[in-house]
Amino acid sequence: MTVAIRVIPCLDVDNGRVVKGVNFEGLRDAGDPVELAKRYNAAGADEITFLDVTASSGNRETTYDVVAKTAEEIFIPLTVGGGVRAVEDVDRLLRAGADKASINTAAVDRPEVINEITQRFGSQVLVLSLDARRTDNPEVASGFEVTTHGGRTGTGRCAVAWAKEAAQRGVGEILLNSIDADGTKDGFDLEMIRAVRAEVTVPLIASGGAGGPEHFPPAIAAGADAVLAASIFHFGPDDMIKQVKDAIREAGFPVR
Amino acid sequence: MAQKTVTVLDYGSGNVRSAVRALEAAGAQVKLSAKPEDIANCDGLFVPGVGAFAAVMQALKDVGAIRWIGRRIAGGRPVLGVCVGHQVFFDEGVEHGIHTPGLGEWPGTVELLQAPVVPHMGWNTLTPPAGSKLFAGIEDERFYFVHSYAVQKWDFEVAQPKMTPPQVTWSEHGTPFIAAVENGPLCALQFHPEKSGEAGARLLRNWLETL
Repeated sequence: MTVAIRVIPCLDVDNGRVVKGVNFEGLRDAGDPVELAKRYNAAGADEITFLDVTASSGNRETTYDVVAKTAEEIFIPLTVGGGVRAVEDVDRLLRAGADKASINTAAVDRPEVINEITQRFGSQVLVLSLDARRTDNPEVASGFEVTTHGGRTGTGRCAVAWAKEAAQRGVGEILLNSIDADGTKDGFDLEMIRAVRAEVTVPLIASGGAGGPEHFPPAIAAGADAVLAASIFHFGPDDMIKQVKDAIREAGFPVR
Repeated sequence: MAQKTVTVLDYGSGNVRSAVRALEAAGAQVKLSAKPEDIANCDGLFVPGVGAFAAVMQALKDVGAIRWIGRRIAGGRPVLGVCVGHQVFFDEGVEHGIHTPGLGEWPGTVELLQAPVVPHMGWNTLTPPAGSKLFAGIEDERFYFVHSYAVQKWDFEVAQPKMTPPQVTWSEHGTPFIAAVENGPLCALQFHPEKSGEAGARLLRNWLETL
């Protein structure tokens, strides 16, 4: 009995619509996050993640509405990130039907918010979304630097130290996105996964760089408990989740 | 067959919307409430629970639910606890060295899991005993867990000739732990059936059939 490696498709949602259309055969509305979540659920996804990229916070209502409609229809865990800054934001998402919220820039700006959220709702509701990239800055011990604003802004902080601190403050898992690997389709950032894995004991979700099913087993061997990807699922064949799981299983790791 | 009525106990515990929807999808007529009449009069009571053991126990006390849960069990009326709503039926919970008494239906202490990666988060297998009603037809499926604490020892006094011993289902994360208990009207699950996709839906239908 071993917990299965989770395979998680991620959808970018802007004003209630999926951005970068998704290429599912026979899908009537490729921009409807609820429809897509249902397709991924049917295709064997272990969880679903929505990343809310809505620029205006005034349009957050749309996001809550999408979360509520999704939670009505699918019965696997749903994580929502983007725009989470405080306890109240998490409260709203949970009430709408999300199971977890992910936090990024707001936690870098004010780490105490992690304690505030997890003391209220428990560690299991909070995912630290950590965007990191390589740096020559000698101040950054691991060589991996925390970035914000989708990798555009460096912080001069060590990503491994930040992961460790966030876990101590209470996050239930860490979504590690390599800015260097992101979009390359050359495979996950194994070095970065190993560096963070060596220092934290909460579950680690690897993200960034997946180009084919063969890229997933090495990320797990490097220490990831779960793998998250977007474009490989959106633009690949309809059975890509199954292909990924087959590759993971053939490498000797358990999948659902 | 008449539609079964289920009350999901509403005491401010996290995402209960999923539990309500999953039970509705499984065919129940569901009410979200903490009123004594709703707790007492439904066919099945669903006790959710997330977060800290001590906080859940306090919240159950605050809404006055403990007595009514006890009355149901005494009257042979079905109760299903989930996650921390499962843990509270044991003797006590220990978090950060603080011991909090539970409802004491079963012996055992809810303690931190000893595993390289905690929380235990994701889909795991389990070993239901022969004759389990809840797991009928889904014995080999995976269910969704998310927890850091669990009961890892079971020493229920089985030498009670007039009592049917509880049926215990185990899972493992670093160490074996209790994933489910079926004990007459009282059943409890460490995992989340409402988040366990098709397998979870089947389990909820199995439970509704026993009501």
